[in-house]
Amino acid sequence: MAKHHISTTINGEPVEFLCNTEQTMLDVLRDELHLTGTKEGCATGDCGACSITVDGRLVCACLMLGVEAEGHAVETIEGMADGDKLHPLQQKFLEYAALQCGICTPGFLIASKALLEHNPDPTEEEARYWLAGNLCRCTGYDKIIRAVLDTAADMRGAS
Amino acid sequence: MPKDGIGASVKRKEDYRFITGQGAYTDDIDRPGQSYAVFVRSPHAHARIASVNTAAATAMPGVVKILTGADYAADGLGGLPCGWQVTGKDGPMVEPAHPPLVADCVRHVGDQVAVVIANSAAEARDAAEAVVVDYQPLPATASIETAMAAGAPQVHDEAPGNLCYDWEIGDKADVDAVFAGAHHVTRIELVNNRLVPNAIEPRAAIAEYDRATREYTLYTTSQNPHVIRLLMGAFVLQLPEHRLRVVAPDVGGGFGSKIFHYAEEAVLTWAAAKVARPIKWTAERSESFVTDAHGRDHVTIAELALDVDGKFLGLKVDTKANMGAYLSTFAPCVPTYLYATLLAGQYTTPKIWCGVQAVFTHTVPVDAYRGAGRPEATFVIERIVETAAREMGLDPAELRRRNFVPSDAFPYQTPVALVYDSGDYEGTLAAALAAADYDGFAARQAEAEARGKLRGIGLSAYIEACGIAPSAVAGSLGARAGLYECGEVRVHPTGSVTFFTGAHSHGQGHETTFAQIIAERLGVDIDAVEVVHGDTAKIPFGMGTYGSRSLAVGGSALSRALDKIETKAKRIAAHLMEASETDIEFSDGQFTVAGTDKSVGFGDVALTAYVPHNYPIEELEPGLDETAFYDPANFTFPAGCHVCEVEVDPETGRVEIVNFAASDDFGNVINPMIVEGQVHGGIVQGVGQALLEGCVYGEDGQLATGSYMDYTMPRADDVPSFAVSTRTTPCPHNPLGVKGCGEAGAIAAPAAVMNAVHHALGSRGVSRIDMPATPVRVWRALNAA
Amino acid sequence: MHNFTYHAANSVADAAAKVADGEDAVLMAGGMTLLPTLKQRLAQPSDIIDLAGVAGLSGIRVEGGTVTVGAMTTHDTVANSSEVAAAIPALAAVAGHIGDPQVRNRGTIGGSIANNDPAADYPAALVGLGATVCTNRREIAAGDFFTSMFETALDEGEIVTSVRFPAPETAAYMKFPNPASRYAIVGVFVARTTGGSVRVAVTGAAGCVYRETAMETALEGDFSPAALDGMTASADDLNEDIHASAEYRAHLVGVMARRAVAACG
Repeated sequence: MAKHHISTTINGEPVEFLCNTEQTMLDVLRDELHLTGTKEGCATGDCGACSITVDGRLVCACLMLGVEAEGHAVETIEGMADGDKLHPLQQKFLEYAALQCGICTPGFLIASKALLEHNPDPTEEEARYWLAGNLCRCTGYDKIIRAVLDTAADMRGAS
Repeated sequence: MPKDGIGASVKRKEDYRFITGQGAYTDDIDRPGQSYAVFVRSPHAHARIASVNTAAATAMPGVVKILTGADYAADGLGGLPCGWQVTGKDGPMVEPAHPPLVADCVRHVGDQVAVVIANSAAEARDAAEAVVVDYQPLPATASIETAMAAGAPQVHDEAPGNLCYDWEIGDKADVDAVFAGAHHVTRIELVNNRLVPNAIEPRAAIAEYDRATREYTLYTTSQNPHVIRLLMGAFVLQLPEHRLRVVAPDVGGGFGSKIFHYAEEAVLTWAAAKVARPIKWTAERSESFVTDAHGRDHVTIAELALDVDGKFLGLKVDTKANMGAYLSTFAPCVPTYLYATLLAGQYTTPKIWCGVQAVFTHTVPVDAYRGAGRPEATFVIERIVETAAREMGLDPAELRRRNFVPSDAFPYQTPVALVYDSGDYEGTLAAALAAADYDGFAARQAEAEARGKLRGIGLSAYIEACGIAPSAVAGSLGARAGLYECGEVRVHPTGSVTFFTGAHSHGQGHETTFAQIIAERLGVDIDAVEVVHGDTAKIPFGMGTYGSRSLAVGGSALSRALDKIETKAKRIAAHLMEASETDIEFSDGQFTVAGTDKSVGFGDVALTAYVPHNYPIEELEPGLDETAFYDPANFTFPAGCHVCEVEVDPETGRVEIVNFAASDDFGNVINPMIVEGQVHGGIVQGVGQALLEGCVYGEDGQLATGSYMDYTMPRADDVPSFAVSTRTTPCPHNPLGVKGCGEAGAIAAPAAVMNAVHHALGSRGVSRIDMPATPVRVWRALNAA
Repeated sequence: MHNFTYHAANSVADAAAKVADGEDAVLMAGGMTLLPTLKQRLAQPSDIIDLAGVAGLSGIRVEGGTVTVGAMTTHDTVANSSEVAAAIPALAAVAGHIGDPQVRNRGTIGGSIANNDPAADYPAALVGLGATVCTNRREIAAGDFFTSMFETALDEGEIVTSVRFPAPETAAYMKFPNPASRYAIVGVFVARTTGGSVRVAVTGAAGCVYRETAMETALEGDFSPAALDGMTASADDLNEDIHASAEYRAHLVGVMARRAVAACG
């Protein structure tokens, strides 16, 4: 079967790729574009490890077909820092050690960024509810939540 | 002390790569010419394999090779070995064959029958569906209860009654005698629910064979690559170790489940030579559920005898443990040496007996999962102590105090083999109670009652044994490997340092913790230290990371290697400063001659070691590179107290954790921030076990909880924040005075949560509720009471 | 996933034609159920017709006490719509409690109701509010739309285009989620119209969304939680699984209904 030719934007750069219909956006990112920062934890949309944004909206890359990316803007963990300048959330995850094995971390960072864009002043309860789509088996979520809330406070202070 | 030395909350050196998406986990690695493997797995819990027909599948697009159990058997290779032989009352345990590919009989859903290797993962999956296996289903048994019943389906012919071993510790007649004279006896029955570890990174492997060098390389999601090399090379595939390299790169969580040598590792390595291409396999999550070793799964009856003052006189524990269909790497020692030997807890109970019957069932093998035996022991002790206190009308904290091993009694010999090293159980109890505002509970309970909620508070004063050791003792108890650790400190000519450790970090932060120790000892900047782990080609040897051993054992090996570095460096410094070696002092990276102002920096000594122009060449070899193996004299014994407070909605049965406080004694702490994170994570796994997680098999051996839609993982909105702190009694027998912190939360939390739940429900007459205390169970218990 | 042919439909008519052309074609809205199903190889459609590019299928319109939600409107859009929040806050609340943010950003109302998962949230809102499902062929009352587990009144090739909700006087949804999947173990949507008629729609408990008519009658007499004291659902024919027994679900229907009435204020 002929491959589809898809034109999209990834992390601000125009990108074209070829994919089969049955390849998910996660397959495309990891296997075709070698952007392996987006992880696969379950492939059924339940763990959030493959979180990316599409036109600014948080989605699971494992539950999106590669062909659906046509004409859309995709952002992944690889585009989160501005060159060497870490995103405030990345910086805060470092300061709090809000990660351990790191496998869920790209997904949490992308989901947290989407949260703060949606709600710059979340309560702890709101942050926990928003991040309930992402599984972490290491941290017990405590430091992640603290890092996110502290980042939110910093970003509000800076703006 | 350097600012990034021991005791500082240094930011983790490994985190930059993870937060920028540059971690390199096994599935992130691609090898040139790589092919992909998909396993054909049994959909039956128990079936005879009449035939396997691969003809149609072999003809499918992209298929490189299909190998079956018959192919594996034809090559005359070994089965997956068990690393620990337990000897029971009637002799050694039954140790059935565990073939990496099954030829004749499948024994659990997920048992691997064949492997399909193709050019792409999609093609391999398509072809795997086309492999025709003629299964003749047989009756299955999935639970301890059914497996031990008369006439139960047999998992292995050589294990009548499905009994793997019947083991005991303690003198039962002796213990019975103290029960006869007891003032009060508390009896409980409990289930320690079966859990699925669920590291978020699914297991994966890439195997390749280099025809030119005849070297095999296996990349695998392992907590202990050297152990995999040893087991797979020596016992399974009979490959010489010098031509077998095992790499465990970044690993996305383990919690025990990535200790074990799994079939896929052996099958891929075996097949790689046949196809002469690298082969990659990555588990799907549904596959993880039916192949990763599960944890816990005990059924226990326990009795505690007390005198009139509440002093514990004796403890009797009868436990049945589910081994699953085969013996996984460490499985037999978990319900015995890692469980029964901990049954003294923090208490002076003088007489203890424990009997353990391990049984086979048609389920995934059960093995060590975070805590491994010690959570089960803590759950028994802390549930029965709490129950006894309620029965006798005593404050549970007070009953514990009356029975604690006193702070001045260490080293303390328990009646179940172990010698506790140090501790301050009153101290951690008091700190935890203060953090939990134990005294204010009654007011909070009354306030909750006014809102229609049942509030309860529960304690768990746990102890664990970490850094399992010494090798000689473990060997006498059936361990088939040593339990030391190895570390190599390589000082480079410019004074930077690489540390090669046999421990493996899959979230623990070793790259930072070990670097802090080196920065402290050598006075070098922490950025001048690199920690290397996870590659048998780089690291001399290692036993890996499990049982909270990395710092206590691996850190001690590092400390010993640093001793050797310092000794040699002092000799070089003495030569440079024309002084006697005995007059050289070393601190903050400077060698000085006592009583003079002469000094030379560590960097200069390092350079001299490698550019030995002015050097005592006849007495000393050039170079500054030292290796140490450390075999501990004893376990370490972290201990502490966790306090959980819950509110139960009696209308729905939903339990909410409203407060959780912990005080832990881990000995000396290198990085408090990392330790705190380890405790948090452990607590949530313990909370998960208590309230959410339960692996359910149907009686037919089908797994009912095989996905995240049915197996409840703790999520961010299921748990609160935690108030954790540490108190320190240093470990007296290792050079760093450290004990281990990785498992404490998972060990302590289940009993704390369940004691709180029972406390909350006690006022409504509920006496027993099993884990996980799901809403439906709580509601049922309330209605039955 | 097995191979299939992918089509991006550009209009409802185009989608309908492509469905008719395909040997075993299926429509894809947000894909939140379809894609996991395909990935687990539980279905093998020949063609997938993607509705994402069809103009006019998404969006929210509020006119004269009626909220119309386009079939391709995501849960997140409904949850965060100030217009929905003003007209029928309970509808926004339903959407905001579906799945997780990742699902709410992709999943759509049309996809959800066409799938008719017995534990989905939207069916309770549609039945509770007495909504009307608009398709490319006709209008269907919500009460007639959900026929049985994973089955609806939709004919072959019939495509949901929007859902029309009359604003009630008051309404609330109370959900007791499955701890693992976050679907409803029991979800109860209670609504009272300005005329005083009451609907109590229940999802998660049975094979398909249904109304608790005895509770409706009780609430029409006295719209207060106390009116439901002692009332539960009948456990007959309720779902039974590892997370909840039929009896427990029956009990929860009563609890959630009382709490929903209380939340109506």
